[in-house]
Amino acid sequence: MAELNIDIAGLKLKNPVMTASGTFGFGVEFDDFFDLNSLGGFVVKGTTLHPRQGNAYPRMAETPSGMLNAVGLQNGGVKYFAENIYPRLLVYNTNILVNVSGSTVEEYIACAEQINELDHIAGIELNISCPNVKEGGMAFGTSCPAAEAVVKAVRKVYNKPLMVKLSPNVTDITEIALAVEASGADSISLINTILAMAIHAESRKPVLSTVTGGLSGPAVKPIALRMVWQVSKSVKVPVIGMGGIMNATDAIEFFLAGASAIQVGTANFIDPMASQHIIAGINNYLDRHNFKSIKEIIGGLQL
Amino acid sequence: MKKSVQNLKVVSNQRLNKDHALLELKSEVLLEGILPGQFANILVDKSQNVFLRRPFSIFQVDYKCNSIFILIKGIGGGTRALSKSLVGETLSVIFPLGRGYTFPEKKSKVLLVGGGVGIAPLMLLATMLKQSNHQIEILLGARTGEDLVELGNFAKYGTVHTTTEDGSHGTKGFVTNHALFGDELKSFDRIYTCGPEPMMKAVARLAYQNDVDCEVSLENTMACGYGVCLCCVTETTGGHRCVCTDGPVFDIKQLKWQN
Repeated sequence: MAELNIDIAGLKLKNPVMTASGTFGFGVEFDDFFDLNSLGGFVVKGTTLHPRQGNAYPRMAETPSGMLNAVGLQNGGVKYFAENIYPRLLVYNTNILVNVSGSTVEEYIACAEQINELDHIAGIELNISCPNVKEGGMAFGTSCPAAEAVVKAVRKVYNKPLMVKLSPNVTDITEIALAVEASGADSISLINTILAMAIHAESRKPVLSTVTGGLSGPAVKPIALRMVWQVSKSVKVPVIGMGGIMNATDAIEFFLAGASAIQVGTANFIDPMASQHIIAGINNYLDRHNFKSIKEIIGGLQL
Repeated sequence: MKKSVQNLKVVSNQRLNKDHALLELKSEVLLEGILPGQFANILVDKSQNVFLRRPFSIFQVDYKCNSIFILIKGIGGGTRALSKSLVGETLSVIFPLGRGYTFPEKKSKVLLVGGGVGIAPLMLLATMLKQSNHQIEILLGARTGEDLVELGNFAKYGTVHTTTEDGSHGTKGFVTNHALFGDELKSFDRIYTCGPEPMMKAVARLAYQNDVDCEVSLENTMACGYGVCLCCVTETTGGHRCVCTDGPVFDIKQLKWQN
């Protein structure tokens, strides 16, 4: 058994496998399936200052090797989270991050301040990349000045590990990555979903109520890999890779591209046990190749 | 029982007509307490372009054989592939999921209304209502007589009535054209329904008008089936709720269907 533990800028992970925001609920939904303490960490769903009802149905379209979603950050708001969900998370002994989103910098700040009061939350994943909200969201992640402003503002009020989740919907992702690193991000996670759409030919109508949505699943993996590779070469902070990871082989590819940890997302929908199979598979890969630690393969791409 | 991911063995696959199949799936885990209206999310391995699982109502449970039955109508690539499952192969199934129909507390006269493949959750419901000695009328609607399946088994649990759009079996028209939706409707304590949404809305409207309790089973498209993707929401009096975990069965009073 190789060593799987890894430090991500202050987050001590027992293994490099986390689950991605928006695909794992508040974690508690998976209690029937497996022991959540087996995870390196999990990121609870996108949380905003005020409650949000999200977008109208239909919010999902199945596509070849993937799916589109347009949930639109449906959540009860940070106060609801702190009062009703947080107490249920105290039993878990793993890194729990809250994914924080907002329409304005002020909303991000106010939300982060409230998360800062919750001792058992290990860090924030700052969502500047949601493609499914009318205001804010991805707008903060697609321009360097906007990304700098929100990361700097949250950094001032939040003193625990700050992970910033990037949007792939940009011309050069390394510019945004460098900007958020310079603004105080402790680590960078990528990619969020890719802006996309689906059309129902017979009815001549869009499948989603919002017309466009975010593409995830194996269809995006090659793009995610390329972006993780570019970003990990550009920044010094650790990179957490995600995008279409369905199995351990996919995960290994992300480590080789430079990710220090990975998040399992859409795979949780198809197999709630996916993260468990991936942890076992990573172990098996490291043993087969005689690596003593996961650290030996990070950025280990043979060019 | 707790929901789990299981590999279930196909022990029989009965073809009921040109597009309906009834699968019997045997579990290695002791089955207990499955409720009518609960569903199973099944992985389609063989079919290209089918990325997500497909949800199906649990049609019947055989506790002696420790198996569940799934009624499948082949409509798209996923359902067609599953309807052709071979005896002996295994399917990855997550179940039991969702909240099922509720049972009347006292002895009641109930009406079960199914349309098309929406009859699927009503067999287990009829079975369990019969065990509690409720008086059961079952109304099943389809396009044609050929599309009506399992009438004989439904008849074990209650009086079966039918409607078909072409008039080839039972009353001609939709389920709401049947005489049961006339003056007699008020005599029922509760209506249970599952079928196409326009049909359920028509049934719900008449239930409202006649002040009869009514539970419907919704089938919004979903990615996960256990309340984490938030894709299958429906508008309720309490805001957006997941059909997979807050439903699929809803009391019509929870839904914004009055208008």
